[in-house]
Amino acid sequence: MSKVTNILVCGVGGQGVMTATEILAEAAISLGFDVKKTEVAGMSQRGGVVTSHLRFGHEVLSPQILPGEADLLIGFESAEALRWGHMLRPAGVALVNSGRIVPPVVNIGLFDYPEQPVAQMRTLGLRVHDFDATALAVQLGNIRLGNTVMLGASSDWLPFPAEVLRDAVLARFGSRKPKLVDANREAFAAGRRAVAGETLAA
Amino acid sequence: MSASQPVPAAARLFLSGNEAVARAVWEAGTRVAAAYPGTPSTEILEVLAKYPDLYTEWSVNEKVSLEVALGASMVGARAFCAMKHVGLNVASDALMTMTVTGTEGGLVIAVADDVGMSSSQNEQDSRYWGRFAHLPVLEPADSQEAYAMTRAAFELSERFRTPVILRLTTRICHVKGVVVAGEREAVEPGGFTKDPRRWVMVPGNAKPRLPLMFEREAAVRAEAETSPLNFVVDGSDRRIGFVTSGPAFMHVREAFPDAPVFKLGLSCPPPLDSLGKFAATVDTVLVVEETEPLLETELKAAGIACHGKDVLPRTGELAPDALHLGVARLRGEVVAEPEHVVPQQVFPRPPTMCVACPHLGVYYTLSQMRNVMIAGDIGCYTLGAGHPWNALDSCISMGASMGTALGMDKGRGKVDENKKVVAVIGDSTFMHMGMQGLLDITWNRGNVTVLLLDNRAVGMTGGQDNPGSGRDLHGEETTRVDFAKLCEALGVKKERIRVLDPYQLPVLFKALREETKIEEPSVIITDRPCVLIDHYVPTKPYLVKEDRCTGCGNCVDVGCPAIHVTRRDKEVKASGKEVDLSFVRIDTSACTGCGLCVQPCAPEAIIHAEPVQTLQPVQFVRK
Repeated sequence: MSKVTNILVCGVGGQGVMTATEILAEAAISLGFDVKKTEVAGMSQRGGVVTSHLRFGHEVLSPQILPGEADLLIGFESAEALRWGHMLRPAGVALVNSGRIVPPVVNIGLFDYPEQPVAQMRTLGLRVHDFDATALAVQLGNIRLGNTVMLGASSDWLPFPAEVLRDAVLARFGSRKPKLVDANREAFAAGRRAVAGETLAA
Repeated sequence: MSASQPVPAAARLFLSGNEAVARAVWEAGTRVAAAYPGTPSTEILEVLAKYPDLYTEWSVNEKVSLEVALGASMVGARAFCAMKHVGLNVASDALMTMTVTGTEGGLVIAVADDVGMSSSQNEQDSRYWGRFAHLPVLEPADSQEAYAMTRAAFELSERFRTPVILRLTTRICHVKGVVVAGEREAVEPGGFTKDPRRWVMVPGNAKPRLPLMFEREAAVRAEAETSPLNFVVDGSDRRIGFVTSGPAFMHVREAFPDAPVFKLGLSCPPPLDSLGKFAATVDTVLVVEETEPLLETELKAAGIACHGKDVLPRTGELAPDALHLGVARLRGEVVAEPEHVVPQQVFPRPPTMCVACPHLGVYYTLSQMRNVMIAGDIGCYTLGAGHPWNALDSCISMGASMGTALGMDKGRGKVDENKKVVAVIGDSTFMHMGMQGLLDITWNRGNVTVLLLDNRAVGMTGGQDNPGSGRDLHGEETTRVDFAKLCEALGVKKERIRVLDPYQLPVLFKALREETKIEEPSVIITDRPCVLIDHYVPTKPYLVKEDRCTGCGNCVDVGCPAIHVTRRDKEVKASGKEVDLSFVRIDTSACTGCGLCVQPCAPEAIIHAEPVQTLQPVQFVRK
């Protein structure tokens, strides 16, 4: 198999973008793929833009996904998904958290937040599935479950069974924290349901 | 699609370049490893510290870390140090002489260039140090190579008795890939041999060693001609032959899978004979390197015709698309329009200070001061140059706030004579390279007010410990520097040193106003921990009582990211002046109750909330 799968995960520092991509990578590794994952962390920890590139296949050379080459764009935040929309290949799919994180530069009135980031992406001809992952996570009792919701949503768009990703998520918590395992299992399922019926496999 | 399984998963580790280097340093039987944190190199020592059977330390700066490594090498131990590119500038004084002494135990220096400048003040190509100091330079292209070349670097170091530079870039340090690793080897230090002609570098001893350095360089050059670290990947399309090193190799292979490639691992000194032979087998040579045209210049000097930076980007990271463009330019071809959608203009999202950061109060106060020149430094507090504070006027290098402030004071003319000079520096940066500058201020009677922001951590790189935190790399208790006493020892009068709480705005403002008026050196030390380290204790959060908010926007000027503007309006004052109004709410789930925003709020609209959620959405996980 020569094809390399390209997944771009984007969001804001502190949302768990890098951890989510790490889990996706672990799932791909468990299946024996060659995997490369890259991001520029640096100052992103301070609420800046975060993108994480994941590439896997038989052999991966360059770690970077180029514009127009992402199979899947997982947007943890609406405006960030719009910012990175051009990374998708024409037949690619974007899974977008409709939740918003408004930065201080918008707060103090220097810039405007896009009125309808997801609608704007659709106008460009991109294939987008949006849902409020932040609200789902809060409903499940913890905003930090947002990244598991996002992973659940992505799990039916991968070139391997969703269960592989789910197991990789749950393996993070081991048997030490059964409550966390249950909460994450629920969050994963909620994310999967949020985009159900629209999958590539279907 | 089905998954193929090229290699059994059990044999493989998934490591970043930094983790791979750490693994190899440990496996090489290294006894001493030292570093000062700096993006993108920081994780090497953090990971290494968790391995058993070796000594690891955060040093106060890169020069000291390199000297610690050299000392270990002198007694025959394998030694390692890691730093970011600008760190080697600091350490270069030691480097330029240790290349003359050579080494005993293997000594490897990992230097991480922040190519593309994700978190640095400049972009530098550390491969120059190899040329300048006549040292071998190894350049891995991915995690597996980072591992293998680190092992190889120790062998080279001991074979040629030389320090070896392992040149990394952000796309090595922070890229994870599959690594097949080995086991630790036992290496017992050979012991110290008293040999002043080798280790005491006075002119009489150093002079006879210079020819030895050049002999060594020639021997390493010969090694480079035959080393398996340098190899050719053959290709059928011989129109362009690529010469490349580091992560650029992967981009070349990705973009031009059929082209011949000369891949340099031991890239300095370059194997010019082999490169000449390679050039003869292709129509045109294109050198692909990050970032300076170094190999390109050397090839041209050796009479090997080639292209490079004439068609490729001069700064920043390379990637396969940049190579396609460059090659098209070289061939005079038209580049096809991309098929993807046009990138959309979205507001910038620069890094911000954290919710409740103790620096917020400092910058709010500075932003309220007029007629002040503020010399800044390297750290989280550099963000004070941004919105809404705009309260930092320079950022140059580690510790530079001291010297530049003094220079501003001594150099100013009439036009600036009524301005106050303030220097802002963090605790780690002060100990790294700021103390000497303060000594210069006191010794030379500078009129500078120093704000020493002590948050007990190296904040920007993730909250590492330092001599001011009283804990070492392993989190164990050790000597803790008393900054007030230190400043006094450096010549600041005792009554000109104040230690205060940066969350008490009136106290801070009064202290700043008083100290800037007095025409002698003074130091204001702010003493509250970084909110990202485990010593920070959140308290009861706040909310905005919306019916009381008048929209004055004073709280917005504090710059806390937990404060959000919900509505804007305009109001015409009795004087006829139109003012902007910003009505706000506080993200109570993010608020940790520092109380900064409460202080400038005249209508008392900010009150305590019952915590709706105790978890912060943005929380740093301490490694």
